Amino acid sequence: MIGFDLSAILGHPEYAAMLLHGVEMTFIIYAGSWSLAMALALVLLGVRLSPFRFGDPLVAAYVSYHRNVPTLVQLMLWYFGIFTLMPSGMATWLAGHNAEAIFAVIGLGLCQAAYFSEDLRSGVRSVGDGQMQAARALGHGYVSAMRFVIIPQGVRNALPPLVNHSVSLFKNSSLAVVIGASELTHAVKEIDNLSFRTFEIYLIGTVLYLSFSLVIMSIGAYVSMRADPAWRARA
Amino acid sequence: MIEDMIAIIRDYWLLLLIGQYPNGPLGGLANTLILSALSIALAFPASILFALARLSKSPLLRWPATALVYFTRGVPLLMLILWSYFLVPLLTGADVPSFVTMLTTLVVYQSAFLSEVVRAGIVALGPGQMDAARALGHSYIGAMRCIILPQALYNMIPSIISTFVSTIKDTTLGYVINVPDLTFAASQVNNQLLTQPFQVFLLLAIVYFVICWTLTYFANRLERRITRRRAGLLSVPAAPLVAPSKIVSEQL
Repeated sequence: MIGFDLSAILGHPEYAAMLLHGVEMTFIIYAGSWSLAMALALVLLGVRLSPFRFGDPLVAAYVSYHRNVPTLVQLMLWYFGIFTLMPSGMATWLAGHNAEAIFAVIGLGLCQAAYFSEDLRSGVRSVGDGQMQAARALGHGYVSAMRFVIIPQGVRNALPPLVNHSVSLFKNSSLAVVIGASELTHAVKEIDNLSFRTFEIYLIGTVLYLSFSLVIMSIGAYVSMRADPAWRARA
Repeated sequence: MIEDMIAIIRDYWLLLLIGQYPNGPLGGLANTLILSALSIALAFPASILFALARLSKSPLLRWPATALVYFTRGVPLLMLILWSYFLVPLLTGADVPSFVTMLTTLVVYQSAFLSEVVRAGIVALGPGQMDAARALGHSYIGAMRCIILPQALYNMIPSIISTFVSTIKDTTLGYVINVPDLTFAASQVNNQLLTQPFQVFLLLAIVYFVICWTLTYFANRLERRITRRRAGLLSVPAAPLVAPSKIVSEQL
């Protein structure tokens, strides 16, 4: 190994730009798949909580599929499989619009929705039955009791696993490199191939991933703290 | 489409099951299962040591173990795999097969995650067990070995099975460094066929689903049984029921 020298990468404008682009793509994929996952998880939660029972087995099957098939295989199925089955006009359009990133968002988002919806469901389930009865007794309708009494408490209960799964979604965004999305891991591998400064570039990549994960964990801890009734009573 | 998938199984079942085996290295599903079983078997004792280190009063043991767990939880597995991909040959100075690289990474990664499970299992027992064991004259190690760990590990069996499931899922990442596992075999089949990627990868997803679902189902049933048995044990003395609520309030 030639001497340890971080400036060989950070001081090199081309490598720095590649790294920055990788970080940017990682954030786009993360933000996109997180939003998709949360929106879909709320829909799945709604189906699970609704008085109509016929949706339950469908949601259970959805969750079961996404929890028991490796995320990498799900991404491959989307990008190598479903992409090729699409009508050619659509496929061409997608190929011209960063298809790798789009399928990474779809694959990761659909997969994470299963985890998020289970987190939310167990959070809502841990709210006591008495809460609903009390809300109804006070004159709330079902929807309004859900909106003002059950869901806020349920989401608060679900915060710790939601934070954990948000971190693992961020880490899983690195899997997008396998279907060729140009995110942070991709940038790290590219720069390694160009510069031969393996140790330095992997160190930079690892530190970036670790610090963003820690930032997400701290944001989660802060949100949990703000949501805690004891903290709010004190403030 | 189903005929296509049946045809793929008929033509390539041996490759998907054991890879190129007699003429090359063992691969396919067999390799996936061996890799997962080996890494969980090696990660398990390591995770007990990490958990004990994290619960230890000595900062010399607690801090490095805590740092390792935070580091492993904050970095993508893929990055760790790529690290060991060039670090393991550098440290051993030999040409290391990708199987060993993957095994090393998985052991480190899973033992960090499993150590959190073990720690939770020990904490959930409550401090009374340790106090009682010490009062009866057990040393710390004796109490851990004969009283705390057997109970904690018994309660953790479902979580260990879940970790095994996630290890099976994590072995797919070996694809990046060409570990000849099931995913690798499927992509080889895909490269030979070229025309049916959807069928090949759907088949791959189904195989993983069947294996992992079976194990998850087994873990859930075991969890219900253990909960029932422990509830039966707990209903005799009233005192231990205080412990879980205490733990919850500490976490908040």
